[in-house]
Amino acid sequence: MSWLPTLAVAGLLTFLIRLSFIALLGRVETPPLLARALRLVPPAVLSAIILPELLLRRGAVDLSLGNVRLLAGLLATGVAIWTRNVLATIGAGMAALWLLQYLVAR
Amino acid sequence: MQPLPAHWTRRAEFLAGCRAELPIILGVAPFGMIYGALAVGAGLSAFAAQAMSSVVFAGSAQFIAAQLIREGSPGLVVAVTVLVVNLRHLLYSASVAPYLRHLRAGWKGLLAYLLTDEAYAVAIGRYLRDGDRTDADPVSPNRHWYFLGAGLVLWGSWQVSTGVGIFLGALVPASWSLDFTLPLTFIALVFPSLRDRGAFAAALGGGGIAVLAFGLPYKLGLMLAAVGGIAVGLVADRAEREA
Repeated sequence: MSWLPTLAVAGLLTFLIRLSFIALLGRVETPPLLARALRLVPPAVLSAIILPELLLRRGAVDLSLGNVRLLAGLLATGVAIWTRNVLATIGAGMAALWLLQYLVAR
Repeated sequence: MQPLPAHWTRRAEFLAGCRAELPIILGVAPFGMIYGALAVGAGLSAFAAQAMSSVVFAGSAQFIAAQLIREGSPGLVVAVTVLVVNLRHLLYSASVAPYLRHLRAGWKGLLAYLLTDEAYAVAIGRYLRDGDRTDADPVSPNRHWYFLGAGLVLWGSWQVSTGVGIFLGALVPASWSLDFTLPLTFIALVFPSLRDRGAFAAALGGGGIAVLAFGLPYKLGLMLAAVGGIAVGLVADRAEREA
Protein backbone atom coordinates (compact mmCIF):
# COMPACT_ATOMS: atom_id res chain seq x y z
CA MET A 1 0.00 0.00 0.00
CA SER A 2 1.20 3.52 -0.70
CA TRP A 3 1.53 5.79 2.29
CA LEU A 4 1.88 8.96 0.23
CA PRO A 5 -1.79 10.11 0.47
CA THR A 6 -1.69 9.62 4.26
CA LEU A 7 1.56 11.58 4.49
CA ALA A 8 0.10 14.38 2.36
CA VAL A 9 -2.90 14.67 4.71
CA ALA A 10 -0.70 14.50 7.83
CA GLY A 11 1.60 17.16 6.38
CA LEU A 12 -1.29 19.45 5.48
CA LEU A 13 -2.79 19.11 8.99
CA THR A 14 0.58 19.88 10.58
CA PHE A 15 1.02 22.94 8.36
CA LEU A 16 -2.48 24.22 9.18
CA ILE A 17 -1.80 23.85 12.93
CA ARG A 18 1.40 25.87 12.58
CA LEU A 19 -0.27 28.47 10.39
CA SER A 20 -3.40 28.85 12.55
CA PHE A 21 -2.59 31.74 14.87
CA ILE A 22 -0.06 33.28 12.49
CA ALA A 23 -2.83 33.59 9.88
CA LEU A 24 -5.28 34.93 12.47
CA LEU A 25 -3.06 38.03 12.76
CA GLY A 26 -1.94 37.13 16.26
CA ARG A 27 -4.93 38.92 17.76
CA VAL A 28 -6.65 35.83 19.12
CA GLU A 29 -5.69 34.69 22.60
CA THR A 30 -5.38 30.96 23.26
CA PRO A 31 -8.14 30.02 25.73
CA PRO A 32 -6.42 29.07 29.04
CA LEU A 33 -8.02 25.60 29.22
CA LEU A 34 -6.83 24.81 25.67
CA ALA A 35 -3.33 26.07 26.50
CA ARG A 36 -3.18 23.84 29.59
CA ALA A 37 -4.49 20.83 27.65
CA LEU A 38 -1.91 21.34 24.88
CA ARG A 39 0.94 21.41 27.40
CA LEU A 40 -0.19 18.00 28.63
CA VAL A 41 -0.02 16.41 25.15
CA PRO A 42 3.70 15.51 25.25
CA PRO A 43 3.70 13.70 28.63
CA ALA A 44 0.43 11.87 27.84
CA VAL A 45 1.44 10.73 24.34
CA LEU A 46 5.09 9.95 25.09
CA SER A 47 4.36 7.71 28.05
CA ALA A 48 1.47 6.10 26.12
CA ILE A 49 4.11 4.93 23.65
CA ILE A 50 6.81 4.07 26.20
CA LEU A 51 4.87 1.93 28.69
CA PRO A 52 3.38 -0.64 26.26
CA GLU A 53 6.79 -0.98 24.56
CA LEU A 54 8.40 -1.85 27.90
CA LEU A 55 5.66 -3.77 29.71
CA LEU A 56 3.91 -5.80 27.01
CA ARG A 57 5.36 -8.89 25.38
CA ARG A 58 3.09 -10.65 22.85
CA GLY A 59 0.08 -8.71 24.10
CA ALA A 60 0.44 -9.52 27.83
CA VAL A 61 2.07 -7.62 30.69
CA ASP A 62 5.45 -9.25 31.37
CA LEU A 63 7.18 -8.22 34.60
CA SER A 64 9.67 -11.11 34.59
CA LEU A 65 13.46 -10.83 34.34
CA GLY A 66 13.15 -12.36 30.88
CA ASN A 67 11.63 -9.10 29.62
CA VAL A 68 14.93 -7.55 28.56
CA ARG A 69 13.30 -4.43 27.08
CA LEU A 70 11.78 -3.59 30.46
CA LEU A 71 15.16 -3.96 32.20
CA ALA A 72 16.97 -1.89 29.54
CA GLY A 73 14.19 0.72 29.67
CA LEU A 74 14.43 1.02 33.46
CA LEU A 75 18.18 1.54 33.21
CA ALA A 76 17.65 4.17 30.48
CA THR A 77 15.08 5.90 32.71
CA GLY A 78 17.70 6.19 35.45
CA VAL A 79 20.19 7.63 32.96
CA ALA A 80 17.54 10.05 31.65
CA ILE A 81 16.75 11.35 35.14
CA TRP A 82 20.42 11.54 36.07
CA THR A 83 21.90 13.12 32.91
CA ARG A 84 18.88 14.75 31.21
CA ASN A 85 20.76 13.90 28.01
CA VAL A 86 18.91 12.27 25.12
CA LEU A 87 21.89 10.67 23.39
CA ALA A 88 23.28 9.30 26.67
CA THR A 89 19.86 7.78 27.40
CA ILE A 90 19.67 6.09 23.99
CA GLY A 91 23.27 4.90 24.22
CA ALA A 92 22.84 3.40 27.69
CA GLY A 93 19.50 1.78 26.80
CA MET A 94 20.78 0.20 23.58
CA ALA A 95 23.99 -1.04 25.24
CA ALA A 96 21.91 -2.62 28.01
CA LEU A 97 19.52 -4.21 25.51
CA TRP A 98 22.35 -5.69 23.45
CA LEU A 99 24.11 -7.07 26.53
CA LEU A 100 20.90 -8.57 27.95
CA GLN A 101 19.91 -10.07 24.58
CA TYR A 102 23.38 -11.62 24.34
CA LEU A 103 23.12 -13.06 27.87
CA VAL A 104 19.60 -14.42 27.32
CA ALA A 105 20.55 -16.00 23.99
CA ARG A 106 23.46 -17.90 25.56
CA MET B 1 14.86 57.76 6.49
CA GLN B 2 17.95 56.56 8.31
CA PRO B 3 20.05 53.81 6.72
CA LEU B 4 19.78 50.42 8.44
CA PRO B 5 22.55 49.37 10.83
CA ALA B 6 24.72 46.76 9.07
CA HIS B 7 23.57 43.93 11.32
CA TRP B 8 19.94 44.59 10.42
CA THR B 9 20.27 43.92 6.68
CA ARG B 10 18.41 40.89 5.33
CA ARG B 11 21.64 39.07 4.63
CA ALA B 12 23.06 39.73 8.10
CA GLU B 13 19.81 38.71 9.79
CA PHE B 14 19.59 35.54 7.68
CA LEU B 15 23.18 34.51 8.48
CA ALA B 16 22.75 35.27 12.19
CA GLY B 17 19.67 33.02 12.25
CA CYS B 18 21.63 30.23 10.51
CA ARG B 19 24.46 30.55 13.03
CA ALA B 20 22.08 30.46 16.01
CA GLU B 21 20.57 27.19 14.74
CA LEU B 22 23.90 25.43 14.05
CA PRO B 23 24.58 24.03 17.56
CA ILE B 24 21.05 22.60 17.60
CA ILE B 25 21.57 20.51 14.47
CA LEU B 26 24.27 18.52 16.29
CA GLY B 27 21.49 17.23 18.51
CA VAL B 28 18.92 16.89 15.73
CA ALA B 29 20.99 15.09 13.07
CA PRO B 30 21.23 11.77 15.00
CA PHE B 31 17.43 11.72 15.27
CA GLY B 32 17.06 12.30 11.56
CA MET B 33 19.31 9.29 10.97
CA ILE B 34 17.45 7.14 13.52
CA TYR B 35 14.11 8.18 11.99
CA GLY B 36 15.31 7.32 8.47
CA ALA B 37 16.53 3.89 9.59
CA LEU B 38 13.30 3.23 11.55
CA ALA B 39 11.07 4.32 8.68
CA VAL B 40 12.58 1.91 6.15
CA GLY B 41 12.60 -0.77 8.86
CA ALA B 42 8.86 -0.13 9.32
CA GLY B 43 8.28 -0.92 5.67
CA LEU B 44 8.12 2.55 4.15
CA SER B 45 9.82 2.97 0.79
CA ALA B 46 12.90 5.20 0.77
CA PHE B 47 10.90 7.78 -1.18
CA ALA B 48 7.98 7.78 1.31
CA ALA B 49 10.36 7.95 4.29
CA GLN B 50 12.11 10.99 2.80
CA ALA B 51 8.77 12.51 1.75
CA MET B 52 7.53 12.31 5.35
CA SER B 53 10.54 14.37 6.48
CA SER B 54 9.82 17.11 3.94
CA VAL B 55 6.00 17.03 4.05
CA VAL B 56 5.29 16.46 7.75
CA PHE B 57 8.65 17.82 9.02
CA ALA B 58 8.04 17.12 12.72
CA GLY B 59 10.40 14.73 14.50
CA SER B 60 8.34 13.06 17.23
CA ALA B 61 5.23 12.81 15.02
CA GLN B 62 7.33 11.10 12.34
CA PHE B 63 8.71 8.59 14.86
CA ILE B 64 5.20 7.75 16.04
CA ALA B 65 3.87 7.52 12.49
CA ALA B 66 6.69 5.10 11.58
CA GLN B 67 5.81 2.99 14.63
CA LEU B 68 2.10 2.90 13.68
CA ILE B 69 2.92 2.01 10.08
CA ARG B 70 5.14 -0.83 11.28
CA GLU B 71 2.22 -2.18 13.31
CA GLY B 72 -0.10 -2.05 10.32
CA SER B 73 -2.37 0.80 11.44
CA PRO B 74 -4.75 2.29 8.88
CA GLY B 75 -3.86 5.60 7.23
CA LEU B 76 -6.61 7.52 9.02
CA VAL B 77 -5.22 6.55 12.43
CA VAL B 78 -1.71 7.60 11.35
CA ALA B 79 -2.96 10.99 10.12
CA VAL B 80 -5.08 11.68 13.23
CA THR B 81 -2.21 10.65 15.54
CA VAL B 82 0.15 13.05 13.74
CA LEU B 83 -2.49 15.74 14.21
CA VAL B 84 -2.76 15.06 17.97
CA VAL B 85 1.01 14.93 18.48
CA ASN B 86 1.52 18.19 16.58
CA LEU B 87 -1.30 20.07 18.31
CA ARG B 88 1.30 21.62 20.61
CA HIS B 89 2.43 23.67 17.62
CA LEU B 90 -0.75 25.72 18.13
CA LEU B 91 1.06 27.23 21.11
CA TYR B 92 4.10 28.09 19.01
CA SER B 93 1.88 29.61 16.35
CA ALA B 94 0.09 31.76 18.94
CA SER B 95 3.41 32.72 20.49
CA VAL B 96 5.16 33.99 17.32
CA ALA B 97 2.04 35.38 15.61
CA PRO B 98 2.29 38.91 17.05
CA TYR B 99 5.80 39.28 15.62
CA LEU B 100 4.79 38.16 12.11
CA ARG B 101 1.65 40.28 11.84
CA HIS B 102 3.11 42.79 9.38
CA LEU B 103 4.33 40.16 6.90
CA ARG B 104 2.75 39.21 3.59
CA ALA B 105 0.82 35.93 3.29
CA GLY B 106 3.70 34.19 1.47
CA TRP B 107 6.10 34.90 4.32
CA LYS B 108 3.54 33.77 6.89
CA GLY B 109 3.04 30.51 5.02
CA LEU B 110 6.77 29.88 4.64
CA LEU B 111 7.58 30.59 8.29
CA ALA B 112 4.59 28.52 9.46
CA TYR B 113 5.94 25.57 7.44
CA LEU B 114 9.34 26.01 9.16
CA LEU B 115 7.82 26.35 12.66
CA THR B 116 9.30 23.26 14.36
CA ASP B 117 10.23 22.95 18.05
CA GLU B 118 13.86 23.80 17.30
CA ALA B 119 13.27 26.73 14.93
CA TYR B 120 10.63 28.11 17.30
CA ALA B 121 13.07 28.00 20.22
CA VAL B 122 15.68 30.01 18.34
CA ALA B 123 13.30 32.51 16.72
CA ILE B 124 11.26 33.25 19.86
CA GLY B 125 14.51 33.68 21.76
CA ARG B 126 15.46 36.48 19.39
CA TYR B 127 12.02 38.12 19.56
CA LEU B 128 11.93 37.98 23.36
CA ARG B 129 15.44 39.46 23.65
CA ASP B 130 14.22 42.31 21.46
CA GLY B 131 11.41 43.00 23.91
CA ASP B 132 7.72 42.92 23.23
CA ARG B 133 7.58 45.77 20.74
CA THR B 134 6.22 44.38 17.52
CA ASP B 135 6.37 47.31 15.11
CA ALA B 136 8.17 50.09 16.95
CA ASP B 137 11.17 51.84 15.36
CA PRO B 138 14.04 50.46 17.44
CA VAL B 139 13.35 46.88 16.29
CA SER B 140 15.03 45.44 13.19
CA PRO B 141 12.52 45.36 10.30
CA ASN B 142 14.22 42.24 8.91
CA ARG B 143 13.86 39.94 11.92
CA HIS B 144 11.84 37.48 9.83
CA TRP B 145 15.04 36.76 7.85
CA TYR B 146 16.60 35.58 11.12
CA PHE B 147 13.66 33.20 11.60
CA LEU B 148 14.04 32.05 7.97
CA GLY B 149 17.76 31.34 8.41
CA ALA B 150 17.18 29.32 11.57
CA GLY B 151 14.28 27.40 10.01
CA LEU B 152 16.10 26.59 6.76
CA VAL B 153 19.24 25.32 8.52
CA LEU B 154 17.11 22.97 10.59
CA TRP B 155 15.10 21.91 7.52
CA GLY B 156 18.24 21.14 5.50
CA SER B 157 19.89 19.16 8.30
CA TRP B 158 16.67 17.16 8.86
CA GLN B 159 16.42 16.24 5.17
CA VAL B 160 20.10 15.27 4.87
CA SER B 161 20.18 13.25 8.11
CA THR B 162 16.95 11.46 7.11
CA GLY B 163 18.57 10.50 3.80
CA VAL B 164 21.67 9.18 5.56
CA GLY B 165 19.47 7.17 7.95
CA ILE B 166 17.46 5.68 5.08
CA PHE B 167 20.68 4.62 3.37
CA LEU B 168 22.22 3.18 6.57
CA GLY B 169 18.94 1.62 7.71
CA ALA B 170 18.89 -0.59 4.66
CA LEU B 171 22.29 -1.95 5.76
CA VAL B 172 21.52 -2.56 9.47
CA PRO B 173 20.26 -6.08 10.36
CA ALA B 174 17.02 -6.46 12.36
CA SER B 175 18.89 -8.26 15.17
CA TRP B 176 20.33 -4.87 16.24
CA SER B 177 16.83 -3.99 17.55
CA LEU B 178 17.19 -0.38 16.37
CA ASP B 179 13.43 0.03 16.84
CA PHE B 180 14.13 0.20 20.59
CA THR B 181 15.72 3.65 20.05
CA LEU B 182 12.16 4.96 19.72
CA PRO B 183 10.92 4.30 23.28
CA LEU B 184 14.41 5.27 24.54
CA THR B 185 14.17 8.62 22.76
CA PHE B 186 10.76 9.20 24.30
CA ILE B 187 11.99 8.22 27.77
CA ALA B 188 14.60 10.97 27.45
CA LEU B 189 12.05 13.48 26.12
CA VAL B 190 9.30 12.84 28.66
CA PHE B 191 11.21 13.83 31.80
CA PRO B 192 11.76 17.51 30.92
CA SER B 193 7.99 17.76 30.34
CA LEU B 194 7.14 16.46 33.86
CA ARG B 195 7.36 19.86 35.50
CA ASP B 196 4.23 19.82 37.64
CA ARG B 197 1.59 17.53 39.07
CA GLY B 198 -0.69 17.89 36.05
CA ALA B 199 2.03 16.74 33.64
CA PHE B 200 2.96 13.86 35.93
CA ALA B 201 -0.68 12.74 36.15
CA ALA B 202 -1.05 13.03 32.36
CA ALA B 203 1.98 10.77 31.89
CA LEU B 204 0.73 8.16 34.38
CA GLY B 205 -2.80 8.29 32.98
CA GLY B 206 -1.68 8.13 29.35
CA GLY B 207 0.75 5.28 30.00
CA GLY B 208 -1.71 3.29 32.10
CA ILE B 209 -4.57 3.62 29.60
CA ALA B 210 -2.23 2.68 26.74
CA VAL B 211 -1.30 -0.59 28.49
CA LEU B 212 -4.95 -1.41 29.35
CA ALA B 213 -6.29 -0.47 25.91
CA PHE B 214 -3.51 -2.14 23.94
CA GLY B 215 -5.82 -4.79 22.50
CA LEU B 216 -8.12 -2.26 20.78
CA PRO B 217 -8.15 -2.49 16.98
CA TYR B 218 -6.45 0.04 14.67
CA LYS B 219 -4.13 1.25 17.45
CA LEU B 220 -7.04 3.28 18.83
CA GLY B 221 -5.54 2.65 22.27
CA LEU B 222 -2.88 5.31 21.63
CA MET B 223 -5.45 7.98 20.85
CA LEU B 224 -7.65 6.93 23.77
CA ALA B 225 -4.56 7.12 26.00
CA ALA B 226 -3.63 10.59 24.69
CA VAL B 227 -7.10 12.01 25.32
CA GLY B 228 -7.51 10.16 28.65
CA GLY B 229 -4.06 11.21 29.85
CA ILE B 230 -4.77 14.86 29.07
CA ALA B 231 -8.10 14.62 30.95
CA VAL B 232 -6.42 13.05 34.00
CA GLY B 233 -3.76 15.77 33.86
CA LEU B 234 -6.34 18.55 33.70
CA VAL B 235 -8.15 17.15 36.74
CA ALA B 236 -4.88 16.92 38.71
CA ASP B 237 -3.96 20.42 37.52
CA ARG B 238 -7.24 21.82 38.84
CA ALA B 239 -6.93 19.92 42.14
CA GLU B 240 -3.46 21.40 42.59
CA ARG B 241 -4.58 24.96 41.90
CA GLU B 242 -7.56 24.66 44.22
CA ALA B 243 -5.52 23.06 47.02
